[in-house]
Amino acid sequence: MKYWRIPLDQDKIKPACGQVNIFIEMCKGCGFCIRFCPRQVLEESAEMNQKGYHFPYVAKPDECAGCGLCEAICPDFAIRVSLREKKETADVQ
Amino acid sequence: MSGNGDQTSIYNLLREDRMPHIWCSGCGLGSVLNAFLSALLKSGLPLDKVAVISGIGCTGRAAGYIKLDTFHTTHGRAIPFATGLKLANPELNVVIFSGDGDLASIGGNHLIHAARRNIDMTVICVNNFNYGMTGGQVAPTTPLNARTSTSPYGCTEIPFNLPYLVTAAGATYVARWTSMHVRRMENTFVEALLKPGFSFVEVISPCPTQYGRKNKQPTGLAQMNYYHDNSIIRHGAEPRDVGIELNSPIIVGKFVDIERPTFSENWTKIVGSKFAHEPQSKAKAVKA
Amino acid sequence: MSSNGVLTGEFFLNGDQACAEGGISAGCRFFAGYPITPATETAERMAERLPEVGGMFIQMEDEIASMAAILGSSWGGVKSMTSTSGPGFSLMMENLGLGAMLETPCVVVNIQRAGPSTGLPTLTQQGDMMQARWGSHGLYPIIALAPCSPQEIFNLTIKAFNLSEKYRTPVLVMADESVGHMTEKVVIPPPQKIKLVTRKKPTVPQGEYIPYKPDADLVPPMAIAGEGYYFHVTGLTHDERGYPDMTAEAQGKLVRRLIDKIELNKDDIIEVEEDQIEGAEVVVCSYGISARVALLAIKVARDEGIKVGMLRLITVWPFPDLKIREIAGKIKSFVVPELNNGQIALEVERCAGGAAETILVGHMGGTVHDPQVILEAIRKAAK
Repeated sequence: MKYWRIPLDQDKIKPACGQVNIFIEMCKGCGFCIRFCPRQVLEESAEMNQKGYHFPYVAKPDECAGCGLCEAICPDFAIRVSLREKKETADVQ
Repeated sequence: MSGNGDQTSIYNLLREDRMPHIWCSGCGLGSVLNAFLSALLKSGLPLDKVAVISGIGCTGRAAGYIKLDTFHTTHGRAIPFATGLKLANPELNVVIFSGDGDLASIGGNHLIHAARRNIDMTVICVNNFNYGMTGGQVAPTTPLNARTSTSPYGCTEIPFNLPYLVTAAGATYVARWTSMHVRRMENTFVEALLKPGFSFVEVISPCPTQYGRKNKQPTGLAQMNYYHDNSIIRHGAEPRDVGIELNSPIIVGKFVDIERPTFSENWTKIVGSKFAHEPQSKAKAVKA
Repeated sequence: MSSNGVLTGEFFLNGDQACAEGGISAGCRFFAGYPITPATETAERMAERLPEVGGMFIQMEDEIASMAAILGSSWGGVKSMTSTSGPGFSLMMENLGLGAMLETPCVVVNIQRAGPSTGLPTLTQQGDMMQARWGSHGLYPIIALAPCSPQEIFNLTIKAFNLSEKYRTPVLVMADESVGHMTEKVVIPPPQKIKLVTRKKPTVPQGEYIPYKPDADLVPPMAIAGEGYYFHVTGLTHDERGYPDMTAEAQGKLVRRLIDKIELNKDDIIEVEEDQIEGAEVVVCSYGISARVALLAIKVARDEGIKVGMLRLITVWPFPDLKIREIAGKIKSFVVPELNNGQIALEVERCAGGAAETILVGHMGGTVHDPQVILEAIRKAAK
């Protein structure tokens, strides 16, 4: 993630990082998760699942903050978000 | 969010043996159900004592997917059924999860009477502006001019403003969100569940297969984008002013949160208190 | 009065009031109703008495809500009833079907009045007897009892509750305005003398409960809301788990069991009153107030030497077809007085199968039969 300056508590606080698990066969291609992710982490896959829907894939895994909005908004219960460890250093522009 | 170490997650409240559900791609019902289950957990209510009652329609199917004591009843009659259930066992938290057609058309009379009585129940009314399950007919919530299968030239009736209706009838908690407002909807559900008295939450939801398709918004995403761009959050808005018109802003938020004696409180005060001791019937036997 | 609400003693009550007392004696602690002549007195008495016994009375906004509320209350574990007349009975039909489909114990009392439509609200008729059997749409059986006096409506309301709990079905008490508004002596026994039945509860642990898995008697044990069984029940055709199963196979299996649940238990459910059937040439087959009116005609006919038997149907549905068939083979004719244009008479004729003639003594309602008319019919039948 890009910062415009180094956070003062960078060594104490690590921003959350999420792991998005997509149940491809449950997806019905509504596109809500892709549209409403605050960080645009998900994008539509070119592949299709068995039902013929283009499911999402995690395009920017490092951007995911684990907010869980995709999981909450998915009407098909096809996304589970968990938190993961991520080694990160501030990447100052 | 199903983090590691969650004792109960919403997935324990879903009947996995009935998944996938029947709702269309782009339908908002899954999101509303998702938010409701999260709210149930967040509210801390004892799950054994939660009963969900639904009517007929797409929204009504939600009861079948919830792993609690749930009842899928007749069209429009979820509220009186829930009234009987609640009065039989006041410990229960009854939630009515049903659609706009079921609750406000055939069920309209029961809706206003339950609000009038201020029965302790929570009504979640998912409003998709039509009768979706039967193919997209006009509903009492269909905006003027909107097209449906039984208003092919445009709806000629002004719809119910549901928050206004239930507020006038006596509801003590009235709110509206769209299914896009997942977090706010969840928090509102928690408040509605915990508040004694008649709580009513309207959730506007996409119906791409019927209503959306007939009204130039053929995907769930198109309708969700519309909600995103046209919702105006106005807590405390006058319910009279939050009616919905075609292609116009949708006012959302918490409109009413007041205190009024509930049905049970009044009953206890006026009737129940008379029988605190061993009751003696006034009916006199001719020969005992 | 004892703490279980039984108002032991001798009273002078009308049928409606006796019905309410019957309900309370049976353990009814929830009444949801809507005022309608001639059943209103039941609601009024319940409004007064239920709080005395720790129960709940609510006047709902209409009969549809009343029927829905008693179903909900039953699922909350409380014995529930409602009382109405023709117009309200018609309104209750859809939810009666729901009660049959969900297999919900409850009692619905119909104090019949002259119809169709608004008809004669204060006057009697027995015009809803077929509606009692077939009123709701689709395939389901029903149990219906027909009292002929305030004492009997007291007794039969208790019996109705017992049958509804035992067989997990709505049970109808098909009285009529004459019985409802007739004031007579009613003896309410001490509670020890009143036998009560309550629904079977699940015996398995919570996670293992299958809502519609029947026992040998075809009746599934019934869990109620709030005990952690986490069941789903629906008016849709369903499988044993209670989940909707939209197939012809599931429909056949479910409806077969619902029907058999009553049909195969008919011996337990059916009750009739017989008098001098042995050696009779003519049998007067009736129910409710008409059976009572016919007694005078029967007495006079017997005095004239006619061998008249009496068969009074206490259970009208399921119809006692075997009893009718058995008697038909031994007599000349049935005389069926009823306050309608022939409803139960059709059943009698069907079951008699031509072995005996069936003579209807119909009456459009508004008053009870003139016993003379029934007597004439008996005389003619005996020739």
